Amino acid sequence: MAKTITQEFVKGLWDEVPPFRLVLGLCPVLAVTKTLYNGWGMGVATTFVLVCSNVLVSSLRKVIPPKVRIACFIVVIASFVTVVELLMQAYAYPLFLELGIFIPLIVVNCIVLGRSEAFASKKGVIASLSDGLGIGIGFTLSLCALGTVRELLGTGGLTLYKTAIPVFGPSFEPFKFMVEAPGAFVSLGLMLCLMNLAGKK
Amino acid sequence: MNEMIKMVVVLTVLSSFSGGLLAALNNGTRDRIANQELQFVKGPAIASILEGASNDPISDRFALSRGETEMSFFVGAFDGEPRALVFETTGKGFGGDVGLMVGLNFKDNTLMGVGVTTHAETPGMGAKAKDDPGFVAQFKGLPLDKPVNVTSDGGLISAISGATITSRAVCSATNEAVKIYKELKPQLDEKIKEFKK
Repeated sequence: MAKTITQEFVKGLWDEVPPFRLVLGLCPVLAVTKTLYNGWGMGVATTFVLVCSNVLVSSLRKVIPPKVRIACFIVVIASFVTVVELLMQAYAYPLFLELGIFIPLIVVNCIVLGRSEAFASKKGVIASLSDGLGIGIGFTLSLCALGTVRELLGTGGLTLYKTAIPVFGPSFEPFKFMVEAPGAFVSLGLMLCLMNLAGKK
Repeated sequence: MNEMIKMVVVLTVLSSFSGGLLAALNNGTRDRIANQELQFVKGPAIASILEGASNDPISDRFALSRGETEMSFFVGAFDGEPRALVFETTGKGFGGDVGLMVGLNFKDNTLMGVGVTTHAETPGMGAKAKDDPGFVAQFKGLPLDKPVNVTSDGGLISAISGATITSRAVCSATNEAVKIYKELKPQLDEKIKEFKK
């Protein structure tokens, strides 16, 4: 069944939202979502790579020989990741310091390679663009949601851009566990559970 | 055979195209990245060392080569008169090199202060060299003619508890800075004169 462009876009926001429905790309999801700011920074970087590589892979899909397709995808993805890394260093250095190694690791993020292999190499450019955008925005929203929960409970404030805004006031005792690694697993698990409950009719 | 050639050609073209793109982007952003690094990594350390300076040390800098490497020197002026020189050295820490900004007051030959820039020390232990201002504050005002040491080596600096190696690294980086300063003094004096005007 052929889906319309809008459907390709919308499926990334709920039906196939990467960390929760596909349970893919968990490494950056767990590691960088200490704050909301890190979450959306990582999300935007991944979305950029996803959209660009989807478009390029899809427009080259007739030229790329099937036997070396993975190598070609990796070259394309790695180039865009380096582009993101350089741009982030030039224009958002504090964010780059926070995310560090996880920016170059977008190369091996299975969401990006997965979309190239499963979608962009088979479909047209416009469909791939909207698929990349949908999945990317879905990924960003998931990271933001997780980052919000963790930062809010872990520090009592929210960092939208550079400085934290206190939400709960001084009487709030920070729940430090949430900003540590185990807190990431627990909150991801609980959110998965909520997503499944909400999806079950 | 035909397919083989196609594979090689496609991969080659794709790789060279991406190589070219990245090289161009790298060229285009290099200066900006270097500036950002100065501002966010070295800037805070420089600013804390040269607190109350009447100039902007980041823009008042000059480069001088020592052997093969080129070093940046930041000039700090107080009441319009250059008095301090800040530059970066490294010491061997527990988890790798510890980058240290060292400020020398060449007017009265004392240490203006030091500040850790980059490190890979253990959080909560060696990382305190950067996070705990009390440790680096001990270096302030020490004379340049005596080497700086931790107390267990017969010096004046009380080491961070549980992180003697890191504390030693900071001391040795400071001593290294003094050595470099003495070595390059003639050239440095020449350069500093240009700032006086």
